[in-house]
Amino acid sequence: MVPTAYYLILAAMLFSIGIAAFLIKRNVITIFISIELMLNAVNLTFVAFAHMWHQVAGQIFVFFVMVVAAAEAAVGLAIIISIFRSRQTLNVDEIDLMKL
Amino acid sequence: MQLALFIIFGALALGGALNLLYQRHPIHSALSLVVVMMSLAVLYWSLGAEFLAAAQVIVYSGAIMVLFIFVIMLLNAGEEHRTNGSRAAYAVGIPGAAAIFCLLSFVFLSERSALMTSNIGGDLSNAADNIADVSAMLFTRQLLPFEVTSILILVAILGAVVLARKEQ
Repeated sequence: MVPTAYYLILAAMLFSIGIAAFLIKRNVITIFISIELMLNAVNLTFVAFAHMWHQVAGQIFVFFVMVVAAAEAAVGLAIIISIFRSRQTLNVDEIDLMKL
Repeated sequence: MQLALFIIFGALALGGALNLLYQRHPIHSALSLVVVMMSLAVLYWSLGAEFLAAAQVIVYSGAIMVLFIFVIMLLNAGEEHRTNGSRAAYAVGIPGAAAIFCLLSFVFLSERSALMTSNIGGDLSNAADNIADVSAMLFTRQLLPFEVTSILILVAILGAVVLARKEQ
């Protein structure tokens, strides 16, 4: 017997750590990894609510989130490879072409 | 039983996430994320989502993380360096994330009585098992979104090939 609130708080912890890693990390790949962590935290809340309301729709939503995450990972990593080819760096502070 | 599973694998997921934040080398962060995903798969299973637990292991830790590690190896990514930008990010990132966490957990704890407790295993509906339930929903009411995601995957494959291709 675990209160659903505990699952939600665990997901909130993972999401906040993902936000902190997204802001702190300077490597493009690590920033991308922290986005995946945030997606996983949101998936945990979907599964917890699906369990709470005895509805399977939340699990379907998690399935679609997984599909979109896979597509996003493929395209994002291709963009990172092409950035590395043209600039020879993975540091976000040096990738500043669109900055004023 | 469920409380023990929640405590063990919740702590493992939290430790993996903190290790992701702490490590400087991208490959260490990627491997910590695999720990988080595997423990989340156990939590999904304990919440009655057997199909999603299997998909989490196969798709996330099997396919997506292999892609990440492949790219880290391909680009020979080294340890990251501290810069002015990273000091500013520390000043903003840690308090910002803590504030978001405090807000979310305040809402969840104040609504705690409305959120019920959960027992181990699935009791979603009268279907025989979780996979029958998920597939019945996916291939009847959600058929159009399911087909649209296959087009999305096709577009993503084409985009990845075009973007990663060598310039002529």
